[in-house]
Amino acid sequence: MKITKEEVLHVANLAHLHIDESSIEMFAGQIGTILEYIDTLNRVDTKGVPPTTHAISLTNAFREDREKEHLDRESALANAPEQEDGNFIVPKVIG
Amino acid sequence: MEFEPVIGLEVHAQLKTKTKIFCGCSASFGAPPNTHTCPVCLGMPGVLPVLNKKVVEYALRMASATNCGIAHESRWARKNYFYPDLPKGYQISQYELPIAVNGHIDIEVNGDGKTIGITRIHMEEDAGKLTHDPGRPVSMVDFNRAGVPLIEIVSEPDIRSPREAGAYLRQLRAIVRYLGICDGNLEEGSFRCDANVSVRPEGAETFGTRTEIKNLNSFKHVENALEYEINRQIETLMSGDPVVQETRLWDAVKSRTTPMRGKEEAHDYRYFPDPDLLPLVIDDEWIREVKNTLPELPTPKKERFVREYELSSGDAEILTASRELADYFEECFREFPNPRRIGNWMIGPLLGLLNAAGTGIESSPVSPHHLARLLQLIDEGVISGKIAKTVFEEMAASGKPPDRIVEEKGLVQVTDTSAIESVVLKVLSRFPGEVEAYRSGKDKLLGFFVGQVMKETKGRANPKILNDILKDRLR
Repeated sequence: MKITKEEVLHVANLAHLHIDESSIEMFAGQIGTILEYIDTLNRVDTKGVPPTTHAISLTNAFREDREKEHLDRESALANAPEQEDGNFIVPKVIG
Repeated sequence: MEFEPVIGLEVHAQLKTKTKIFCGCSASFGAPPNTHTCPVCLGMPGVLPVLNKKVVEYALRMASATNCGIAHESRWARKNYFYPDLPKGYQISQYELPIAVNGHIDIEVNGDGKTIGITRIHMEEDAGKLTHDPGRPVSMVDFNRAGVPLIEIVSEPDIRSPREAGAYLRQLRAIVRYLGICDGNLEEGSFRCDANVSVRPEGAETFGTRTEIKNLNSFKHVENALEYEINRQIETLMSGDPVVQETRLWDAVKSRTTPMRGKEEAHDYRYFPDPDLLPLVIDDEWIREVKNTLPELPTPKKERFVREYELSSGDAEILTASRELADYFEECFREFPNPRRIGNWMIGPLLGLLNAAGTGIESSPVSPHHLARLLQLIDEGVISGKIAKTVFEEMAASGKPPDRIVEEKGLVQVTDTSAIESVVLKVLSRFPGEVEAYRSGKDKLLGFFVGQVMKETKGRANPKILNDILKDRLR
């Protein structure tokens, strides 16, 4: 097993996902398989090869510091499940 | 046992660009909620962020001004966390390859110089603003601030006292303001500070367990919170308990730090390179260009003020606290080349006036040209130093030039000997007893006679001439 039940629960918790007790084992198995597949890469000798972060060799795409039109507020809030006084409303979080 | 505190500071400075870091939305403060948004900063599917070049330029200025090594190639990373202040579910930041590392700035505490190392400077986007409803189980989210550019400046754990922390922050703030990249407002949150602090027995090599303090929105809070936290950690250790590594919030009302709830601590940011943004490449030419266009910075300017104008270190420090203040001084100096007197007038009446009004030098009702002219009027003998104070107050109230005020209010100094003499004679005849007493040795009464004549002339008699006449007549 590549991944423990506790790790599955931790990741689910970070992703705000609720999973049934009964499916933990299944997910552990599936995630384990994926991780093993990824591990195939470890067989390649990468000594002296810098990590790739981008598949294309472009650099530096800039925009000038010029203001563009904003979305009107109705559109910005259109998908909000709840809104009030121009704000998105979310379940209470304490920061 | 004696303990030594070890402090490192993380500063977030909001950059004064017109637009956000990855989209063309306005970055200005104070607009109605959610009116400065677009699909990019709202995190809509399918959008692509494009880097604002000015953000890089500002970060380079800071890196250069703090003697950092600038990375020829740096990258963007996603910092993943769930909190409704960021609509994407991650913050775009820099992680493994920040734009600048290994810098330092010089600070001064009680006249002693010290160098504080800077670990790194990186660019990132700010988050939105949450308001919590005290009466209902909801929070309100405004994304105007989401995507506003920030630089984070991380210091080395080189700071050894709350006062050093304050001096470091003030210096850093002066630098960003000199560079014109951040307005440095702690109260409004455009310049924010988190502090990492631990204590260790004096002479120890290794660090103790640290805590992080948040919610520090003034220099005073930073110093008070550190003071409190250092003592708390020492007391904890002395009573045989360990210091727990945690984030604590400064409560300015109760003057104490309290632990943040555990949930917030369970961070696992899972940083990874942002595939939406290309690597940032900065060539030597760009770095040179930035270096060549840096303004004179606070410390060199202060040193020059001491050297060139022969001001005291303390006065020079005050006069170079901001670029605008220093410019004001130098503008005055061009018209009235007596630095010490300009300094006295600026540090005394002018700053007193501005502090009372709660405004900066840039909105001073008294222009440098007018202040210089006022000092010239004293030198030319048109008004006395005492009357100049009255004229200054009137200049502050009305913004009028000093010449006009002097003329309108009839404040021109009386230097006509016979005019002063006639007032002197009038006063002496009114106080024969005092005259007698003076002549029999009560020298101190001279001040009394001066006062009486000044009263008669509404303070306009030339003090030197008056003194001479009085002494002569009282002989």
